[in-house]
Amino acid sequence: MSRVAMRLATVAVLAFLYVPIGTIALYAFNADRAQAWPIQRFTTEWFGAAAANGDLISAVVLSVQVGLGATFAAIVLGSLAALAIHRFSFFGRDGVSFLFVLPIALPGIVTGMALNATINTAAIGFSAFTVAVGHATFCIVIVFNNVIARLRRSSRSIEEASMDLGADTWQTFRYVTFPVVRTALLAGGLLAFALSFDEIVVTFFTAGTQETLPIWIYNQLFRATQRPIVNVAALFVIVVSIVPVYLAQRLSSDSTGVTAAR
Amino acid sequence: MSAIDSTAPPSAFRRVQAAFWRRRWAQLLLLLTPPVGWFGIVYLGSLAVLLVSAFWYLDPATSAVRHEFTLRNFQLLIESPVYRTVAIRTVGVAALVTVLDMAIAFPIAYYMARVASRRVRSVLFVLVLLPLWASYLVKVYAWRVILAQGGPLDWLFGLIGLPNFSPGYSDASMVVVFCYLWLPYMIIPIYAGLERIPSSLLEASADLGGRGGTTFRRIVLPLVLPALAAGSIFTFSLTLGDYITPKLVSNSQFIGNVVYEAQGVSNNVPFAAAFAIVPVLIMGVYLLVARRLGAFEAL
Repeated sequence: MSRVAMRLATVAVLAFLYVPIGTIALYAFNADRAQAWPIQRFTTEWFGAAAANGDLISAVVLSVQVGLGATFAAIVLGSLAALAIHRFSFFGRDGVSFLFVLPIALPGIVTGMALNATINTAAIGFSAFTVAVGHATFCIVIVFNNVIARLRRSSRSIEEASMDLGADTWQTFRYVTFPVVRTALLAGGLLAFALSFDEIVVTFFTAGTQETLPIWIYNQLFRATQRPIVNVAALFVIVVSIVPVYLAQRLSSDSTGVTAAR
Repeated sequence: MSAIDSTAPPSAFRRVQAAFWRRRWAQLLLLLTPPVGWFGIVYLGSLAVLLVSAFWYLDPATSAVRHEFTLRNFQLLIESPVYRTVAIRTVGVAALVTVLDMAIAFPIAYYMARVASRRVRSVLFVLVLLPLWASYLVKVYAWRVILAQGGPLDWLFGLIGLPNFSPGYSDASMVVVFCYLWLPYMIIPIYAGLERIPSSLLEASADLGGRGGTTFRRIVLPLVLPALAAGSIFTFSLTLGDYITPKLVSNSQFIGNVVYEAQGVSNNVPFAAAFAIVPVLIMGVYLLVARRLGAFEAL
């Protein structure tokens, strides 16, 4: 393949990746209620209409609550796991790392149906809590990947030096280990939130009749009445899921967390 | 500093901590119990429930789940031509999407890894990665809008004099959308795999008279095979587990659609669980093969 052909292929693939996203961004400004192409008139009036839509707002609120809950659980459990796997070699270590990857290696329908069967069988009842637990399960690996990548690049000897200088375990964690992993934790947390915020495949199985933002959007797709507002909501989801990723990328020079986790 | 004042009697905290320091397993236990406990209970526990409930059945008279062992769900899956077609379609589309994504990803990955300058490479890396995070649902919705009657694609085909040529919502559209959705998952591993190939190997092949095609087939391809396998885990597994995309841009059913409706509409959790076991088995075999090809090292 010649270089010119390869360059053309690269440009074509990038266009393929960005044209759909650009199209939906344009539609958010479409003044016409019907989605005809090409767009005749542009407006920003739907943004106001979206902000005044009660169902949409409560869906956003639920998504934010779930995202914060799942992110908190993922940060705590993911960083504990990373510290354990990094510091100790023990029987079954590879098995444990594999376990964390399982929720994203297995098809979403499996994770979703497994959680659904459990919620149904144990008669737990669907709530924001069940959604957050489901999200946390596949968000843990993101924090885990980010923190362990950071730990691997830092030197264990600075912790030993801290201990030698008389710091206790807590002080060493507080003044040495934590500052080393702080930005990796933040980056992992941002990515976890972004992933939770737009998840739908597993969420459908753990939400019952509740509507997170993606579920609200999905349900509107079969009703023509709210089209313009759905377009605004779609643009909003794109922005909310991409901005954290951009920030995370800046926080951690290692991009492994961004790729491997999704 | 008081911390190193060895004459002071050690505090209770220090004593506990010293005990922990001596018993490394206790530290490990303290760190590992919460995450592994969570996974053990929430995830593995759920998978176990999935497996067990697949062998229960829905009492047709009372519409209640009977907790008694039966193989009738699996019998229905194997004997019913409808479910067999759905399963074959799902696996077939997943395989087709995987192969197509490999073909689409290779040129851009090669350009990024071996042709582009360092600066262009890092820009391309971010450009490829970013769409991955731009909301799965919105991307499918975008395609639904693009493929709609009177939508941009219709307009484009009209413009080049091929009206009514747009695929609309069909199996072909579904394949295109799946290829679109998972493409970055394929580009990134192939890029990483190609970047690791030493240039000297390619030069040696050329010196020994290998033409472009021969070098590609006998040197490049075997060396990126683990990367291809790694990328294919994502494209295959994600397609296998999807049900939103088939619903939004085609008229066909996937395993996921049947599972979702069995669970949500007819409340038949045992049957839904049984059908959800099928992708687990397929992925189990797939992961074993991928592992033999070295995919896990290339992840």
